[in-house]
Amino acid sequence: MMRPHLAILQARIRVLLQYRAAAAAGFGTQLFWGFIRMMIFGAFYQSTSDPQPMTYEEVVTYIWLSQAMLVMMPWNVEEDVRELIRSGNVVYEMLRPVELYGLWFSRSLAFRFAPPLLRALPMFVIAGMFLGMSAPPSGASAAAWAAATLGALLVSASLTTLLSVSLLWTVTGEGVSRLVFSAVVFGSGLAVPIPLFPEWLQQILYFLPFRNLVDVPFRLYLGHIPPSQVWACLLHSAIWVAMLILAGKLLLNRGLRRMVIQGG
Amino acid sequence: MKFLNALSLYLRYAGVSVRGQMQYRASFFMMAFGNLLLTGIDFLAIWALIDRFGSIRGWRLQEVALLYGMVNVAFALSEAFARGFDVFPNMVRSGDFDRILLRPRSAALQVVGQELQVFRIGRFSQGLAVLLWGAWSLHVVWTVPKVLLCTASILGGACLFSGLFVLQATLAFWTTSTLEIINTVTYGGVETAQYPLSVYRPWFRQFFTYVVPLACINYLPAHAILERPDPLGSPVWLHYGAPAFGFLFLLVTLQIWEFGVRHYRSTGS
Repeated sequence: MMRPHLAILQARIRVLLQYRAAAAAGFGTQLFWGFIRMMIFGAFYQSTSDPQPMTYEEVVTYIWLSQAMLVMMPWNVEEDVRELIRSGNVVYEMLRPVELYGLWFSRSLAFRFAPPLLRALPMFVIAGMFLGMSAPPSGASAAAWAAATLGALLVSASLTTLLSVSLLWTVTGEGVSRLVFSAVVFGSGLAVPIPLFPEWLQQILYFLPFRNLVDVPFRLYLGHIPPSQVWACLLHSAIWVAMLILAGKLLLNRGLRRMVIQGG
Repeated sequence: MKFLNALSLYLRYAGVSVRGQMQYRASFFMMAFGNLLLTGIDFLAIWALIDRFGSIRGWRLQEVALLYGMVNVAFALSEAFARGFDVFPNMVRSGDFDRILLRPRSAALQVVGQELQVFRIGRFSQGLAVLLWGAWSLHVVWTVPKVLLCTASILGGACLFSGLFVLQATLAFWTTSTLEIINTVTYGGVETAQYPLSVYRPWFRQFFTYVVPLACINYLPAHAILERPDPLGSPVWLHYGAPAFGFLFLLVTLQIWEFGVRHYRSTGS
């Protein structure tokens, strides 16, 4: 049952790892963005003497982490899948003797897994050596971060699959992608770390799935969330992944039922 | 006469593009709304941070709103109107640019006429709303010179960003990759200009003043509108004159573009 899915996962990862020039160009851009954000947060921290929920040093590490993991976020749909749906070739997908949701989920998983592999490592090295990014305070924090990043990957892949499925209705999908991306940027803590938001907003964002993408893994890395709480965090993301997968499956089945094959 | 002729041709291009986009009305509204939300999130982030820290280097939320509104309205205009230059690299790659060169009209006009992206009205309207809210809550007295200055800054900004798109298109004559680097000064420039320039380190400020004159269409004129002295010590006459550099920037980049066109060699496919 799982064998074909694993094969697809492996094949897609190998394909995606070929895009090294794109990764190199993106790396420069992300360094620049990291710089801008570092200076802005620096100015904010110099504008107040009150103690804050996160120190400036923590925020700097947080910024570089977010630059390193940026391409793992569920902000777009694979171009291949989009083309498949636009051209109508999606019907061939139904001929494959593999359950379709699993197939698309495996693709999404590879799509969210491979690009950060190429970009994260150099960012860790450069930012760690020259730009004030620090290592996790303890081995337990590092392990908790690794586990939570796996959770983030699954949340991201299930959201990406949901986006792909939505293409069956909207064709270009840009509108939906943009809306989801807005929610991710704001709700995950990518734009502003969640502890810096007003109290009432924090309560809402802690409930939603998006925090598992950024807030949870990054703060576990910093030790800002103690490693002992990792189980609760993983449970939260597991529940959301289950719900997102379920929603994706239901939506896909509905989409396939109303699909009309025109031939030609 | 020649100018009017060009203008009427451009209007026809624009009309075709707009009518085309309006065929998918639901999609258009989704895109415009998504654009509004996605770009408006930047302001929510600024609000959250100023709510937490009180101010940034002595600038309150309403004052930052002015900077934010001016740069976002300007960028939305350039995104909408100069989109043709943004997608130009694809034209070179596919060889479609050859067809344009065969026609007896200016290449720049035809490229810019490719597309007028109406859904950018999302960023435009939220930027304008933030700008007006900021000015209203600061009790800015809109005298005629100030209105003119604000308009000139926005148009100058639109020209500046369009110039950057032209530059990106010009690079495509020589290279098909590494174009992402321009994004650092377009999207990165917008991000930068949303906060007062005095926040940044000197080398960074100088880059966005003398190389890409972003300060001239945003930070400097904002001081004249707010009637506050610049902590970096720029004189008042400069605050009023600065937007001219935005227009100048576009003229210079168009010259570079013409140079590129003269040295263009088709991919042959």
